[in-house]
Amino acid sequence: MPKRNAIVTVQECVACGCCVKVCPKNAISIYKGTYAEINKSLCVGCRKCAKECPASVITMEVVKE
Amino acid sequence: MKGKKKWYDYLWVVSLTYLILGFFNILFAWLGLLCFFIPLIIAVANGSKAYCNKYCGRGQLFSLIGGNFGLSRKKDIPKWMKSSYFRYGFLIFFFVMFFLMLWNTYLVFAGTKTLGKAVTLLWTFKLPWHWAYHGTLFSDGVAQFAFGFYSVMLTSTVLGFVTMVLFKPRSWCVYCPMGTMTQLICKAKNRGTSDK
Repeated sequence: MPKRNAIVTVQECVACGCCVKVCPKNAISIYKGTYAEINKSLCVGCRKCAKECPASVITMEVVKE
Repeated sequence: MKGKKKWYDYLWVVSLTYLILGFFNILFAWLGLLCFFIPLIIAVANGSKAYCNKYCGRGQLFSLIGGNFGLSRKKDIPKWMKSSYFRYGFLIFFFVMFFLMLWNTYLVFAGTKTLGKAVTLLWTFKLPWHWAYHGTLFSDGVAQFAFGFYSVMLTSTVLGFVTMVLFKPRSWCVYCPMGTMTQLICKAKNRGTSDK
């Protein structure tokens, strides 16, 4: 399985912080109240945030090694 | 972050209590002003959405009922509902209705209108609510504001509940006027400092 990372469509993010709460790796933070920012070195691609996001603006992308 | 629950993870109890208290004495509705001022103060003073991210009891309530209890289809919200047009449009609509409510309160304060002991659901349906009225303080206007404000809170809870069932548990967060407003404040405050 290729490694996956979560990516946020920043323009559509409502910065509610639901993703922050479910991330098991503490890899997400809300950047200055404007959008969710993912720390790619911590993200393990578990998709929990993508499932939780009420606006469905988080998708998974395959990391090219 | 998952881990030990903090004190603020239980604020849903406060939100639930607020809704219940409104059935017993409408004057408790005034407490709802906290949900208006705290997020705004945090956004203006701190430039963050810490209220949404941590303290919002309503969000927690939806996440509990829709998520933990499973009363949600967990489907994607329609595209138009997350568009800026809808979010800002809903914010403006909410504001207009809010000012109409304030105007109505003013009329009762001024004595031109009599106190309407009703809660208006979805800006349309007048529900009799006289059983939660046990007198007022200072003026009838104080009670009128309580009825008006509770109407706002109940209406938004009902809307949030419907979208919780239809879409994801916290779908309300997408078009919550307070959330939209605090995000706008944060965007304005942090203009030019964004790295994206």
